[in-house]
Amino acid sequence: MMCARLEVKNATFSYDGKRNIFEDISFSVDSGDVFCILGPNGTGKSTLLRCLCNLYPLNAGNILIDGLDISSYSPKKLAKKIGFIPQIHTPTFPYSVLQVVMMGRTPHLNTFASPSNRDREIALEALRTVNIEHIWDKPYTELSGGQMQLVLMARVLAQEPEILLLDEPTSHLDVGNQIYTIKMIRKLSQKGLALVMTSHFPDHTFLSSSKVGIMKDRKFLAMGPAEVVVTEENLQDAYGVPIKIVHIDGEIKRKIAVPVVKD
Amino acid sequence: MKRVGIAGQENSHHSSDFTLSSKAKYRFYPGKVSINFILFLLLIGVLITSLFMGRYPVDPVTVVIIVVSGILERIGDMIANITGVKIAFFWSIPHTWSVIVNTVVWDVRLPRAVAVVLAGSGLAVSGATYQGVFRNPLVSESILGVSAGAGVGAALAILMDQGTGVIQLSAFVFGLLAVSITFAISRVYRSNPTLVLVLAGIIVGGLFSAVISLLKFVADPYSKLPDIVFWLMGSFAKASTANFILIIPVILIAMLVIVLLRWHLNVISMGDEEARSLGIDTKLFRPVVIVCSTLLTAAAVCIGGVIGWVGLIIPHISRMLVGPDHKDMIIASILLGGSYLLAVDTLCRTLTSVEIPISIVTSILGAPMFLYLLYKAKKAWS
Repeated sequence: MMCARLEVKNATFSYDGKRNIFEDISFSVDSGDVFCILGPNGTGKSTLLRCLCNLYPLNAGNILIDGLDISSYSPKKLAKKIGFIPQIHTPTFPYSVLQVVMMGRTPHLNTFASPSNRDREIALEALRTVNIEHIWDKPYTELSGGQMQLVLMARVLAQEPEILLLDEPTSHLDVGNQIYTIKMIRKLSQKGLALVMTSHFPDHTFLSSSKVGIMKDRKFLAMGPAEVVVTEENLQDAYGVPIKIVHIDGEIKRKIAVPVVKD
Repeated sequence: MKRVGIAGQENSHHSSDFTLSSKAKYRFYPGKVSINFILFLLLIGVLITSLFMGRYPVDPVTVVIIVVSGILERIGDMIANITGVKIAFFWSIPHTWSVIVNTVVWDVRLPRAVAVVLAGSGLAVSGATYQGVFRNPLVSESILGVSAGAGVGAALAILMDQGTGVIQLSAFVFGLLAVSITFAISRVYRSNPTLVLVLAGIIVGGLFSAVISLLKFVADPYSKLPDIVFWLMGSFAKASTANFILIIPVILIAMLVIVLLRWHLNVISMGDEEARSLGIDTKLFRPVVIVCSTLLTAAAVCIGGVIGWVGLIIPHISRMLVGPDHKDMIIASILLGGSYLLAVDTLCRTLTSVEIPISIVTSILGAPMFLYLLYKAKKAWS
């Protein structure tokens, strides 16, 4: 039987056991998919993402990876399947870029071992892939937000997972870096990874996503291809402000989503 | 699964600042290995110096010969014990020095030096580990209340008229007890385990410090109180082989575990969530590392009393010398911590006719050193 790479069945989660953050959520993601979760602040998008890599265990429902329940994976085995790119933050110690990227090799290492030369080569290859080889020895703490995002991308490439979770990869980035990140996401999905990401930019779903879920009030308000789901009506429901979707011809040749502001 | 790579390097806006300097050999902090090697030589140097310095003069060459011949004789004895054959080994060195010199170097100064080195290394490694695990360069080895707990244990044993051995054991046990209470408190709150653990440590440390004050208050001011006060100021004057031989395996094993796990400390210092998403079983890893550091601190404190600043400063100096990667930094901390404390202890027993409590010197040296480090490293922390 063929099973989806990542399958979520009737997932319910609550921090305190009283108030559910989300309930009865189901979806599946396959190799090559980019599933983008939209929704207002505080709807539990990031929480859902953390449940997907077992940082928080579900209260009800299942998460299956290649048909096996996520709780049956050891942390190490899970990290070989799923990579997680958290929102960028500055760590305490000024590790160099290459040291941070080598941390991606952790699940492939013996607990008592340090990375080998081969691990270092893989990390360097990952840096080359995201075009930041030249900053390999810079302290990670002194990088710009865009560079940090790329380093985390490189780290997850060095981790070699099959599923990739990204928590708001385009927040805190300037427009140039946003588009660069979206292009990276597209390339990764073409290489056969299954991607799940959260975003605050409905417009980006037209650029990168094969599938969109709009989260509101503990559930998905709508789910499906971006063309079908990202509508003026759904966005108005989710965000509470009017958002216009227009098709632009000529050089752009795609739909764009822009908020409408009336005085 | 096949490695994910992206063919065709994209000509992004990042490539504008690409320079050819990336052809460099990808080595961090050139010469970092040799820095650790230099630190090793420094430790040997300090060790030899501490053996010939003191009120009874012994020249350095004799010291080296005594130590080498002593070690060879012990090895010879061991072989003789195992094989049952007593052979006159070719390395047996004729004793050309007096029995007194032999006693001073081999029986008095060497055990003390070994105890000091182990305590200094232990404190430094445990400070370095705590700083990594708690992601805070300002925590020290006493953060979970181990020093305060050990103080209570020692003060109680002194009040009950116990000998050195019992005082050390009591300090060790109470140090661990205090940290256990810290852990127990932190288990009650399930969110943000790291922060809660630190806060619980402050609570327990405060409580045990109050108990120390109480014990001092009730102690006989002419006989017991001075003993308690001196113990709390730290001293290795009573560190003899007989007492601390039981502690040596504890220190060595705990240190070995941390040395083996040291690279993974990098990953855990990125935060619990990130470490877990990178495949580390933090629920197992963090307690193991914390327990080992706690054992190291408790062992050091029970040999030498409460010694401040070492676990805070040495990791910072190590980081400055070899960089933040724990793979090198932990080794540097071991070597530097041992050398530093031994140098200080040697000063303590040779500067004046009366031995100076070691914590006074570590604090007098430590405070300005830390000020300097803060000034130097300001940039890296902000």
